[in-house]
Amino acid sequence: MMNIPCPFCGPRNEAEFAFGGPVKPRRPDPNATSDDEWADYLTQVPNPLGPVEERWWHVKGCGTWLSIWRDTRTHDIVEGPGNAD
Amino acid sequence: MQTDRLDNGGRIDRTKTLNFTFNGRPYQGFEGDTLASALLANGVRLTARSFKYHRPRGIVGSGVEEPSTLVELLGDDASGNRPVTTVALREGLAAKSVNCWPSPELDVGAINQMFARFLPAGFYYKTFKWPNWHLYEPFIRKAAGLAAAPAEPPKEGHFENRYAHCDLLIAGAGPAGLMAALVAGRAGQRVMLVDEGSEPGGSLLSRNLMIDGKPAMEWVRSVSAELAGLSNVRHLQNATVWGYREHNFVMVNEREPEQPSILERNWRVRAGQVLCATGAIERTLVFGNNDRPGVMLASAVQTYVNRYAVRPGKRAVIFTNNNSAYAVAADMQASGIEIAAIVDSRENPPEVARASVPGVEVLSGQVITTTHGRRRVRAVTVAPAKGGTGRKITCDLVTVSGGWNPAVHLWSQSRGTLAYDQALSTFRPDKAAQSAASAGAADGHLVLAEALRSGAEAGANGGALPDIPASDDLDYAVDPLWQVEQASGKAFLDMQNDVSVDDVHLALREGYDNVEHVKRYTTGGMGIDQGKVGNINIIGTVAMQKGLPLDEVGTTTFRAPYTPVSFGAIGGIREGSVALPYRHTPVTAWNLANGAFMYESGARWRRPGYFPRAGEAFQDTVNRECRTVRNDVGVYDGSPLGTFELKGRDVGRFLDHLYTNVMSNLKVGRARYGLMLSDDGLVMDDGVALRLSQDRWIISTSTGHADAINGHMEEILQTEFPDWNVFITTVTSQWNNATICGPKAREVMQALGTDIDISTEALPFMAFAEGHVADIPARVVRVSFTGELSFEVNVAPRDLLRLWQRILEVGVPFGIAPIGSEANHVLRVEKGFLSLGHEVDGPIDPFDLGLGWAMSKKKADYLGKRSVALRRAGTSNRRELVGVIPEPDRMIPEGGPLTPGGEKKPTEGFVTACVYSTVHDRWVGLALLENGHSRHGETVHVRLNDGVIPARVTPPIHYDAGGERLRS
Amino acid sequence: MPLDECLPIVNYVLMMQKYSIASLLRHGINNHTSWPKAWRSPPLKESYDVVIIGAGGHGLATAYYLAKEHGVTNIAVVERGWLGGGNIARNTITIRSNYMRDQSIPFYVKSVALYEEMTKELNFNMMHSKRTMIDVIQNYPMMRDRRRRQHIMDIYGSTYKRISEAEVRKRIPALTGGGPGSRLPVIGGMVHTDAGVNRHDAVAWGYARAIDALGGEIHQQTAVESLVRGADGAIEGLQTNRGLIRAKKVAVAVSGHTTTLTETAGLKLPLRTMNLTAFVSEPVKPLVDVIVNCPDAGFYFSQSDKGEMVIGGAPDMGQSFRRDIKQHVFEDTVSAMLSLFPSFKKLKLMRQWGGHLDIAQDASPIMDETDVPGLFVTAGWWGGYKAIPAGGLTLAHLVATGRPHELMKDFTLKRFRHLDYVMETGTTTAR
Repeated sequence: MMNIPCPFCGPRNEAEFAFGGPVKPRRPDPNATSDDEWADYLTQVPNPLGPVEERWWHVKGCGTWLSIWRDTRTHDIVEGPGNAD
Repeated sequence: MQTDRLDNGGRIDRTKTLNFTFNGRPYQGFEGDTLASALLANGVRLTARSFKYHRPRGIVGSGVEEPSTLVELLGDDASGNRPVTTVALREGLAAKSVNCWPSPELDVGAINQMFARFLPAGFYYKTFKWPNWHLYEPFIRKAAGLAAAPAEPPKEGHFENRYAHCDLLIAGAGPAGLMAALVAGRAGQRVMLVDEGSEPGGSLLSRNLMIDGKPAMEWVRSVSAELAGLSNVRHLQNATVWGYREHNFVMVNEREPEQPSILERNWRVRAGQVLCATGAIERTLVFGNNDRPGVMLASAVQTYVNRYAVRPGKRAVIFTNNNSAYAVAADMQASGIEIAAIVDSRENPPEVARASVPGVEVLSGQVITTTHGRRRVRAVTVAPAKGGTGRKITCDLVTVSGGWNPAVHLWSQSRGTLAYDQALSTFRPDKAAQSAASAGAADGHLVLAEALRSGAEAGANGGALPDIPASDDLDYAVDPLWQVEQASGKAFLDMQNDVSVDDVHLALREGYDNVEHVKRYTTGGMGIDQGKVGNINIIGTVAMQKGLPLDEVGTTTFRAPYTPVSFGAIGGIREGSVALPYRHTPVTAWNLANGAFMYESGARWRRPGYFPRAGEAFQDTVNRECRTVRNDVGVYDGSPLGTFELKGRDVGRFLDHLYTNVMSNLKVGRARYGLMLSDDGLVMDDGVALRLSQDRWIISTSTGHADAINGHMEEILQTEFPDWNVFITTVTSQWNNATICGPKAREVMQALGTDIDISTEALPFMAFAEGHVADIPARVVRVSFTGELSFEVNVAPRDLLRLWQRILEVGVPFGIAPIGSEANHVLRVEKGFLSLGHEVDGPIDPFDLGLGWAMSKKKADYLGKRSVALRRAGTSNRRELVGVIPEPDRMIPEGGPLTPGGEKKPTEGFVTACVYSTVHDRWVGLALLENGHSRHGETVHVRLNDGVIPARVTPPIHYDAGGERLRS
Repeated sequence: MPLDECLPIVNYVLMMQKYSIASLLRHGINNHTSWPKAWRSPPLKESYDVVIIGAGGHGLATAYYLAKEHGVTNIAVVERGWLGGGNIARNTITIRSNYMRDQSIPFYVKSVALYEEMTKELNFNMMHSKRTMIDVIQNYPMMRDRRRRQHIMDIYGSTYKRISEAEVRKRIPALTGGGPGSRLPVIGGMVHTDAGVNRHDAVAWGYARAIDALGGEIHQQTAVESLVRGADGAIEGLQTNRGLIRAKKVAVAVSGHTTTLTETAGLKLPLRTMNLTAFVSEPVKPLVDVIVNCPDAGFYFSQSDKGEMVIGGAPDMGQSFRRDIKQHVFEDTVSAMLSLFPSFKKLKLMRQWGGHLDIAQDASPIMDETDVPGLFVTAGWWGGYKAIPAGGLTLAHLVATGRPHELMKDFTLKRFRHLDYVMETGTTTAR
């Protein structure tokens, strides 16, 4: 059971959260994308062997949807690449 | 008679005699004994039979490493497969050996020994094939399986779970763990010190060592006392750290914390740091017939002599490859055991070792090749390690020490790596993967002074080091001996699973040459002890045979638990409605009191299925309730429906994004049915939205999906439109409702008394109004799930029961009755109203369901729009919702498949629901059927294994197609 | 059949040491010192007709059927660890065919049949125990779901039969919880007589031995670093820790790690890797003779021939390549089990572990040639153990002929282009 940092509640047990999946690219304008692009957006989720940005819902806490970077090999919560700048 | 009890010493209370039985015979021991020490004190040596060959076996170890004797406890304590060494003796204890019948002395299975030659590793893969395994299986299963399964839960007491947080969790209260706890505790850290033994001290309990010039146990006592006085230190004994999870989440199983009420407690500890001070486990040596009763680990013999004042033999041969056995020899000698010889495989055992037992014959460069005796060792054959003739030495005890393995199990569970240490010839902790460290023997510090120092360093964690108390201990030195090559007779690597050197050789010969293959082919290390004593000898044997260094052979994986943990402790008190709480409405108790048949109907709501009256069969009740609604008036509790209040100026466009139809143009005071799709175009939910004011809405969802829709809405709001002004509040349990439905519903409303104008003109279908009903503040909504004129009267939960009872009172003249879910189901099927759990199947979309009108063309985008279009463009022969009328009239089982002509062919749909319609006096149903919308009037066929049911395809509305009744 | 196509079969018959009681006795006399290797470790060649990545169940089965059914014997199975060490060693060995869709049922019916013949087929005792699975039903919607399966399964010759609560308890005497008035009372059961369990190691080893005898090669400790494409974009081979291996066709059968590999060829797939845990109890004398599945409570188990209860539950949330145990998921599974089997409170956990599975967007498997010509994948198996023989049979067919096998024709990658999900699990919430 992981210890997930909630921005409002501090580190809390994973059991308080619901998993929301890896963060996908921004939703494209469905009226300005090809069929293939649309299907890819919906079906291809990031599945890296390493850090992935993902969402969790603090459903048994404050109700916040938060995102963390987590290494899928170790479950360590890590700094995301985007946090560098 | 405790014939082998020493006159003095031991940490036992000789004033408290305990009676116990073993395999039906009565014995006596003392308070402080384990079952193992008590049996040895009584001269019992043959205590078990082996798993496969049923060879005679005795007690080998003194703790959790015991590979040989497993017992089954009987009576109130009943539980199986307990290492005899871990069972604390208590008055009246009754135990028996596992795996033999009728007793270890007269074991019938011993006949297997005669066929041992034909039962090599993996023999079952090569035989028992004809005619099939299932024929042999019952016999194999009966022979396997060790103890009987527990027949009943514990009669008294319960299990519990508890959370704890600490800065430092120390596993093991031996010298290193105590030292670490002392240092960290004094520094004010929140410390949890956890030890599996009945009292602290670890190896010091078994050894005659001095610390600061006093017996080591004096030091243990003073440290324990100081720790007890520190409020920041929690010290648990009889507690095993059995699991080390991600994020330093550590599992501790505490046994008998509060007898008799709490049997076991499982602690879930979130630790800042974990210190593995788990000690080391002695390994056995591998020679011919090394499993014969009387062959024991040196550390175990030392424990029995010093801690339990038991003499496991009168004349011993000691077989070792390292120094530690010499200290054991000294203790044995002091207790009066004659040492016939020390057989040391090393050519030149260090002088410092020899000096501890002056005058004892040391046969250096020699090995034991085999043991003699039948049910107990009588002699050994000793021969030069390099080969040559042997000689026989009589003895009744063989004390073996193959060196020490750090107990790295917990460390490995944490994902820390291991490295092979040449000097210690074993694996020890290398790189940490979490905030974890090792100290003491667990880290390879096998001499007391080093263990104390490493404990202090770990406890200080970079801070100031205290003085390390002085201690005396023999230096440790070892030359590995993985197996005696000239062994004669079976030489066991894993006693519990009867795995010998020959088995490993066979595995390698047949190509099972990875250490994991060896393990699986031979089953070595797969017993209850998980190979604590023998695994490294298996690795060594593989290395020798393959000519590889040990670290290239590698270890198998250490997994949780370290020692077996009862499932009761893991589950704790969570059972039944504690694990799965009920949701209930203010009417639940009334329902139960009024004879409703209640069941779980999704999302943990327990709802009334139907309200049977005397003499009614199930179908009678449902028919009656349906007729009540269609002809008169019924009432049901609609509270479990998911309800959310949305506030804010952007709610309109937010709902436009969520629902397929336009919501933002809904007028205040009106309600609208809507469909929600996932973005990949699957039907998620349907419900009704009410606009209370410009910026204030109520939406309802189906009962089962309320929680999922809550998450869905919050995710989209918080991650995609964080700047939109929308606030979502769950109000399912803040607004309850009683729904009055039927042609006489308005009359019941009038009888209740209301200040709301409920005329069709003032409050038409899909409108709502606020006011009072029966003097209760209420919101009355004109929605209908039954197809009849309906008033959904929403009130605060505290008022629902009062309203409910009032409705049933005033409704009597109109023939009112409460309606259960079963009748509701019939009524909605007659109307062709959607039930997600029935009609939504796979990638069904709103067009398939005949709800294409709800798919807005006006809105450029909403969830699912693009995907439904994409899916429809790429698929054909879609399954579409239709009505079915079975001909002849009979029930069609729900899920009944439709196949072309009723033949045994791939299906073209299935019946989603079939009910007895009281308005038509016949069975009617709904179905998903390929291209069903264009097949009205056709006959389709339900194919069942006992016959085919023809059915006529109709539109999916069996009653009041124009909807006049619900609008009335 | 032309001679060169017969050769592998002849070779197979001649080469393989027959395992039997007689051979066991014969070898017993000379202390088992002359058993031949079950499979060899030949030198790695520079190129093969087909390379299969992953010596797990699906990879080995594919190699076996390529050699046996299609005469393709210039093949290598490469494995980064040890053969049979992936998820085939980490599952709960339940073999069954109680599915819900026309697309799935015939495939699993075939797989069950192939498993039943496997001991004879491979001359290796799979210890196949066709012992029946009983679903313990505690909820009416679940009963409806199971009844729907029953009717459609019957079309394909798979059996499912409803039994009463009393009958459930008669056949599973240890089931003493879930009585009337309890939180989730048992309302009945479903009996699936086709279901069974067997020995997973035997499956891996039996296939490996047969592949070796048919002329195929298995290379352990051979880790693929990347897939290599030619100038035309088609697959050309693979870069491994032992150098470049050329291949005309490459099949990826690596469960969980599918996307990691295909991304080295610039290919994305609709898969997520998840962790599923299982655990065993201490071994006890025979107590439960059937596979017990409790879909409402959320666990299932069977008792192994060694006496251990082999227990599985729900997968963890979140993607994971860490084979670990989520304590809260584990505790949920255990307390669900104890509510139905209260006597197990005193039974002890002996060992637990995790395994990977990759789940497609619609939770159904994928078997197809990818957009990279010559590169094939078999993935998305949720409970892929039961699919091993039929999965190998159908993938071998696809690789050898270029055409999907009839039994797997609906499980293409192309289906995702139009979001044409199979959705074996039913609805969006179950997904």
